Amino acid sequence: MIRVVLPTHLRTLARVDGEVSLEVPAPTTQRAILDALETSYPMLRGTIRDHVTKERRPFVRFYACEEDYSHEPPDAPLPDAVATGNEPFLVVGAMAGG
Amino acid sequence: MRGVRVLVGTRKGAFVLTSTAKRKRWKVTGPYFGGWEIYHIKGSAADPNRIYASQSSGWFGQMIQRSNDGGKTWAPVGNQFTYDGLPGTHQWYDGTQHPWEFKRVWHLEPSLTDPDTVWAGVEDAAMFRTTDGGTTWQELPGLRTHTSAPRWAPGAGGMCLHTILLDPTDPKRIFIAISAAGAFRTDDGGATWRPINRGLRSAQIPDPNAEVGHCVHRIGMHKSRPQVLFMQKHWDVMRSDDAGDSWHEVSGNLPTDFGFTLDVHAHEPETVYVVPIKSDSEHYTADGQLRVYRSRTGGNEWEPLSKGLPQRDCYVNVLRDAMAVDTLDACGIYFGTTGGQVYGSADAGDSWAPIVRDLPAVLSVEVQTLQ
Repeated sequence: MIRVVLPTHLRTLARVDGEVSLEVPAPTTQRAILDALETSYPMLRGTIRDHVTKERRPFVRFYACEEDYSHEPPDAPLPDAVATGNEPFLVVGAMAGG
Repeated sequence: MRGVRVLVGTRKGAFVLTSTAKRKRWKVTGPYFGGWEIYHIKGSAADPNRIYASQSSGWFGQMIQRSNDGGKTWAPVGNQFTYDGLPGTHQWYDGTQHPWEFKRVWHLEPSLTDPDTVWAGVEDAAMFRTTDGGTTWQELPGLRTHTSAPRWAPGAGGMCLHTILLDPTDPKRIFIAISAAGAFRTDDGGATWRPINRGLRSAQIPDPNAEVGHCVHRIGMHKSRPQVLFMQKHWDVMRSDDAGDSWHEVSGNLPTDFGFTLDVHAHEPETVYVVPIKSDSEHYTADGQLRVYRSRTGGNEWEPLSKGLPQRDCYVNVLRDAMAVDTLDACGIYFGTTGGQVYGSADAGDSWAPIVRDLPAVLSVEVQTLQ
């Protein structure tokens, strides 16, 4: 199972506490995780990436294993530690607003 | 029991204020959707328990929330607002053409007869509609593709469609306003639109009498007389007696005719309310005094209403969607400020009292009169 940590506002929208666990088909990529997330929690569609273009919203970041994957291609494989569930995939609201 | 429910959208969530018809004691609930901007929250005239809210965030985009129980519980509905076909371009701040980009929903206007039908005014300016209770939204592209659209330009707050008025006598007639394009009207249910800006004069644009480009801040009407419209423009308070075909100025003796909000008395079609703001470069009340101005003559002759409102050291703004009236007798008036106060008057504006003082900056105020 893939572990996903959502920011507070998206946890509230999805009505979940703590981490989300998802079945994600291999290979484990940003796109595969977000597809599975939006299938399980359709109210999150459009909040992390654009409905149509699937581009990441500008003030959303993707972290894993203490690295920033926000600018990686959405179909690039993520670290094995994410794929095995040892490390979570973090969806983060960027620090912005002063 | 008769009463009122005031729906307040703020920079950091929504609040619901309820009272009996006496409008003396208030119950405040919220915040709902804490931390999110609630540009607008409005109930259906056809089913008062059905309420829609526009919830948005610079981080996570647009959500639409729906309540079926008068605001006690909420659930997200559809949030996909995709322009129909190629978005096209409009004028940008530097004069170049800029692609249409959806940013947020400014205004939700439920149908007068069907709780599942709602019109949405969005930024960048366009008109959307749902007929399934918000599950899906479709653009009415005839507005955005109007031949004048490449000449529309954003105001300082963005190129927002912020006002939607439904004609209660003609379901195919709708009035809308866009900053900074002007006012438009459809007579065929939204398929085609035409600018209704004749008589507006705006010194801030190259041709002060242009067909489009005016920064209209708000339009109001009385439901018994939908051909008469009142407008708070960037500067100037205007009136039309022919459904927007022509306008004339009725600023009269106002201390300043800059402002954002405007509304019309529920029972007196010639009684109009505005909140003058010092200037477009200051965006706060003049002389530290918060005063609503009322005209009982359809404009030109205005009286200040200040009883119960702060008359010193007050420097707030009242935004365009932040005033509303109930339909009780006497008519109640409500408005919210950027300082987080919501004031109410149960006597048509003669006296005022704060309902709540310390909310986040108020973006919108709507009222439901409950039977």
